[in-house]
Amino acid sequence: MKSMTIGTPWQIFGILVSVITVSALLIWVERRLIGIWQDRLGPNRVGPWGLFQVAADMIKIFFKEDWIPPFADKPIFLIAPAIIMMTMLLGFVIVPFAPGVGIIDFNFGLLYFLALSSLSVYSVVLAGYASHNKYALLGSLRAAAQSISYEVFMGLSAMGVVMLAGSFNLREIVEAQRDGWFFLPQFAGLLAFTVAMVAESHRGPFDLPEAEHEIIAGFHTEYSGMKFGMFFVGEYLGVTLNSALIVTLFFGGWLGPAFLPPLFWFMLKCAVFIVFFILIRSALPRPRYDQLMNFGWKRMLPLTLLNIVVTGGLGLWMGG
Amino acid sequence: MLSQLRSLWLVLKHTFTPADTVQYPEQKPALFPRYRGRIVLTRDPDGQERCVACNLCAAACPVDCIALQKGEDETGRWYPEFFRINFSRCILCGLCEEACPTYAIQLTPDFEMCEYDRRNLVYEKEHLLIRGTGKYPDYNFYRIAGKSIGGKDKGEAENEGKPIDIKSLLP
Amino acid sequence: MELALFYLSALIALVSTVLVLIQFNTVHALLYLIVSLLASGFIFYLLGAYFAAVLEVIIYAGAIMVLFVFVVMMLNLGQKTIAQEKSWLYPGIWRGPFLLSSLLLLELGYTIAQAASANLGQVVDAKRVGIALFGPYLLAVEAASLLLLAGLVGSYRLGRPLRDKVSP
Repeated sequence: MKSMTIGTPWQIFGILVSVITVSALLIWVERRLIGIWQDRLGPNRVGPWGLFQVAADMIKIFFKEDWIPPFADKPIFLIAPAIIMMTMLLGFVIVPFAPGVGIIDFNFGLLYFLALSSLSVYSVVLAGYASHNKYALLGSLRAAAQSISYEVFMGLSAMGVVMLAGSFNLREIVEAQRDGWFFLPQFAGLLAFTVAMVAESHRGPFDLPEAEHEIIAGFHTEYSGMKFGMFFVGEYLGVTLNSALIVTLFFGGWLGPAFLPPLFWFMLKCAVFIVFFILIRSALPRPRYDQLMNFGWKRMLPLTLLNIVVTGGLGLWMGG
Repeated sequence: MLSQLRSLWLVLKHTFTPADTVQYPEQKPALFPRYRGRIVLTRDPDGQERCVACNLCAAACPVDCIALQKGEDETGRWYPEFFRINFSRCILCGLCEEACPTYAIQLTPDFEMCEYDRRNLVYEKEHLLIRGTGKYPDYNFYRIAGKSIGGKDKGEAENEGKPIDIKSLLP
Repeated sequence: MELALFYLSALIALVSTVLVLIQFNTVHALLYLIVSLLASGFIFYLLGAYFAAVLEVIIYAGAIMVLFVFVVMMLNLGQKTIAQEKSWLYPGIWRGPFLLSSLLLLELGYTIAQAASANLGQVVDAKRVGIALFGPYLLAVEAASLLLLAGLVGSYRLGRPLRDKVSP
């Protein structure tokens, strides 16, 4: 079997450290950006522009009491936050940062990502179940139903890209976009994929599993200290991963004018999408639960199916 | 869908709106005289306590943070023997100010009342009483009210006629 | 190395499957089932069937088991059901299945002993899976899709709003 590893151990370590740093920094970025959009300033006291707010938050969260409720299902309660960190970090394994920069070059990279994102929902579901709290349970029930309905068209919406590129390999998908990025021919796919990404990472407006106005904090009601912090960082890791995937699939990954290195282009595009995720969260209201399900099954699923049929049909027609 | 895009655009436009934030400890916010902050007890223009210990403020207070005891001096003037406001309970609603018939109790534009010890938030009369007249510089309750006190008999108040002699038949 | 990984994941799959059977707590049993599915996915991967491995994780571990967990959580099984499960698990009830499955195990052992060499490391890519599905196995695919359609129609029929009961 040919080796699929492309990064040296040092490179892998570098990717791990930078990914975690970026996601931790997103805590500050998100608060600051939402502040700006609400005509506030956001955290600006700790360090220059409030940059050390992340460090302050981390110190605080590490020293908080890590309480396990006596009524909780202890082993499940403990592994639930680890699952989300693990799946999200494992997801970065297949991300093609730049030519020669990355961890592995897997032929089924896209499917691997879908598999991991479908596993990450266990974190939320099990957290809610193990908490033995009715609000937490409600949150995890919502998470289960939401992720099943949004996973279906998430996979299908990426299939148009796979048809155009002829491969599940993310590096080949990027290479296939040399003549033109896929967001134009696959606009419907992009739309559905973005919606599914937001729903998968449980962020506003699809943050029904934690909807703090209705069910306290949803699945992480009983969590405190670093276990809560892992959910938190896991969410931001998810945002980073999802933006990386959108960039890879629809916006040409590392491709860009040659005056800047490819890695820089990739990071720039990712940053744009991270900001877009935050913008969505700060601008759109949360839908009601039945509206969410209706939207997923009755609008998005037919849209993606139509997209696949049209893409396949056009591909056959043009290909002769 | 269009309305969602529109709200995204509207929010994005706020990137270029200057923030409304007042950087508090360095930059003080503009407070107006009617701001409801720390409660004070004021005095007459001639320097005497305005409070007549009627207990209306304590009755109006929704959180029961005001406690006082009526006293009476030798001239017949009422005054509070003690007057205590527990600011750790006070919600600064201003109902006591509205209930006060003598403009004695007033809320001031001062909100910086932090203490490390909760008991320090219980203000006694000597903490509450100020020298001045507060928001109503000319008002003097005993000069207007009909009650007779030392140095002012019935009918000697401002805008007050002589008391009617009920023993006489003359108009 | 690959053989060691294979036996390790096979062991994990076996142990977790046994644990599925003997757990009293339904959610714990489902978790072991998920682990067992992941282990069998890894075995597929080691055999070179990457596509099958990933689909095993996406569909079985990711979607179907989430549904199972969802339903079990909705049912809210408490101590009473655990006691009930305990009472059901007396030896007499699994004597028959045990006999049958041990026969299967013997058969499996015989086949493994007979086989010349395991065909490890032959990579099966998506294209070959697709060609196999829509070539020789087309009839099976169509039959499965018919079955799924029937299931879909049936669930739609069950889940439709009852028109007579809703007052206008």
